[in-house]
Amino acid sequence: MSAHLPILQILIPLMAAPFCVILRHRDIAWLISLIVSLACFAVSLLILDQVLTQGVISYFMGDWPAPWGIEFRIDVVNAYVLVIVAAIGAIVSLYGRHSVNKEIPKNRIYLFYTAYLLCLTGLLGMTATGDAFNLFVFLEISSLSTYAMVSLGKDRRALTASYQYLVMGTLGATFYVIGLGLLYMMTGTLNIVDLHDRLVGMDGSIRTLQAALAFLTVGLSLKLALFPLHLWLPNAYSYAPSTVTAFLAATATKVAVYVMLRVFFTIFGVDIFEETGLANVLMIFAIAGMFVASTVAIFQNNIKRMLAYSSVAQIGYIMLGISFLNATGVSAGLVHLLNHAIMKCTCFLAVGCIVYRMGTVRLSELNGVGKKMPWTMGAFVIGGMSLIGVPLTVGFVSKWQLISAAFEADMMPVAALILLSSLLAVIYVWRVIEIAYFREPTQNTGVKEAPLSMLIPLWIMAGAAIYFGIDTGMTLGIAEIAADMLVGGTP
Amino acid sequence: MIQRKPILRVTSKVFMPFILLYALYVQFHGDFGPGGGFQAGVIFGSSFILYALIFGLHDAKLVLPSAVLEILSALGVLVYAGTGVVSFFMGSNFLNYNALAHDALHGQHYGILLVELGVGITVFSSMTLIFYVFAGRGR
Repeated sequence: MSAHLPILQILIPLMAAPFCVILRHRDIAWLISLIVSLACFAVSLLILDQVLTQGVISYFMGDWPAPWGIEFRIDVVNAYVLVIVAAIGAIVSLYGRHSVNKEIPKNRIYLFYTAYLLCLTGLLGMTATGDAFNLFVFLEISSLSTYAMVSLGKDRRALTASYQYLVMGTLGATFYVIGLGLLYMMTGTLNIVDLHDRLVGMDGSIRTLQAALAFLTVGLSLKLALFPLHLWLPNAYSYAPSTVTAFLAATATKVAVYVMLRVFFTIFGVDIFEETGLANVLMIFAIAGMFVASTVAIFQNNIKRMLAYSSVAQIGYIMLGISFLNATGVSAGLVHLLNHAIMKCTCFLAVGCIVYRMGTVRLSELNGVGKKMPWTMGAFVIGGMSLIGVPLTVGFVSKWQLISAAFEADMMPVAALILLSSLLAVIYVWRVIEIAYFREPTQNTGVKEAPLSMLIPLWIMAGAAIYFGIDTGMTLGIAEIAADMLVGGTP
Repeated sequence: MIQRKPILRVTSKVFMPFILLYALYVQFHGDFGPGGGFQAGVIFGSSFILYALIFGLHDAKLVLPSAVLEILSALGVLVYAGTGVVSFFMGSNFLNYNALAHDALHGQHYGILLVELGVGITVFSSMTLIFYVFAGRGR
């Protein structure tokens, strides 16, 4: 059975999704999604273990060999991302039941879980596949189910947010396919490793190749919400149901970053960046995003919207790490991929608890919530500290690695900018803490702590934010191996 | 209004079995001629859409309730993936049709037929469901 692990990773959620539709019952659908996402997590851990001990796993669909058939190819990089996505999927479905029952119309809950499982399928598929076009198909599976999930939000504006996301997401996917088409024109192959082998000898100044790189970069930047292509993200995150926001914030953009890494380092290789100067462009947008999005976050009254803008800023950090083009920088990006997933999931899960008990996301109505929901807000504070980068939380590990990468690339001003932008995070996190702890509760005096089934997953994530902030051996260790592989150019 | 147009009602009634039959032909002849699950599903669905246009959405839903369509649309995916899983349990990789019969040629043949059947079922039910949703708006 262990030879079939890569396909099981995708197949389990894909086959479970139709059962949710057929059984048409919200609790059964929840149970299915819980069991399936836990199984996926187990499979992803087994895959990671197998990759770390035995090297790259390759799986041929229908036994058609690699450059012709579709190949699932898993090395340390995607095994690591698979674990992130599957772990978040498991935590969110553990957490989701009460929150979903409260926020989504009763007769649509089983459809929500179907979309959730399909989204998980798509994201895991994007990560596992070794075929660039197959990746597009999984991208569409995850995107379409995401649009459906976002539109299930209670607020009517969820529909327009979802539509806006649909337009931008489709644009991004189209650009990805155009870029891929140009590459196919040059090489006649769609397999990622084969693409690399054929491109490696080509002259990087060929116009078609540069156009392909440009289309792929812009398309994926839309998907991963790199500033200034992030406009869909704040609305989608603010109006989607809380569970969906927590899931998306921690997975969807991360997988897009992974795809970008694949395109940059595995398909094109590092050399083309020096010829085109793309890395400098990315660095400028990443730094601009860190500052502009953090500043916008400070002025938000909607706590979900504030965290959404903070996500845009954090994606700036990830892209900044990648744009250094050295192994330390890429490992900083990769480790922040996991760390940001943990901290943002913690924050959004805590907000979900607040929405569950108080029914509001307005900061002005959350006076004194820290006294009424101490466990929820405690976890939020840990997530917020990680966003700032306080030592002993995961955020510190990423920032430390990022700053060492800046030093290694001889870019002192960039290191200073990283520190400066962290101060902006202090402001927006402090605003919440001030309102939650230092103001007297004015209304909703009967508010209780969130139910235990929501608090346990929330605190698992908060605990992870602390644990991986202290013991970096596992996370940073794997990220460094993966970064060496990517930058070293071994496919 | 359309209830009083006997020509439309009778013609569509006469056409219906032929449309369904043609859909089945496209479905199961897809491996030797042009066609396949997607086209067949659309044709099969169009007959129900025609019925709904002429006799009204209410009557169409009596014949084919949307709950049934939802289940069918899920079933098609299961048929497709299930075919892959069968070859998986026969000791080959996922979706290797060779394992489905005693020799590779027949295996590929059965595999394609089954997979396209799954596609056909899902496309038919999704098409009809989309029509139901649009036609049922504002009621």
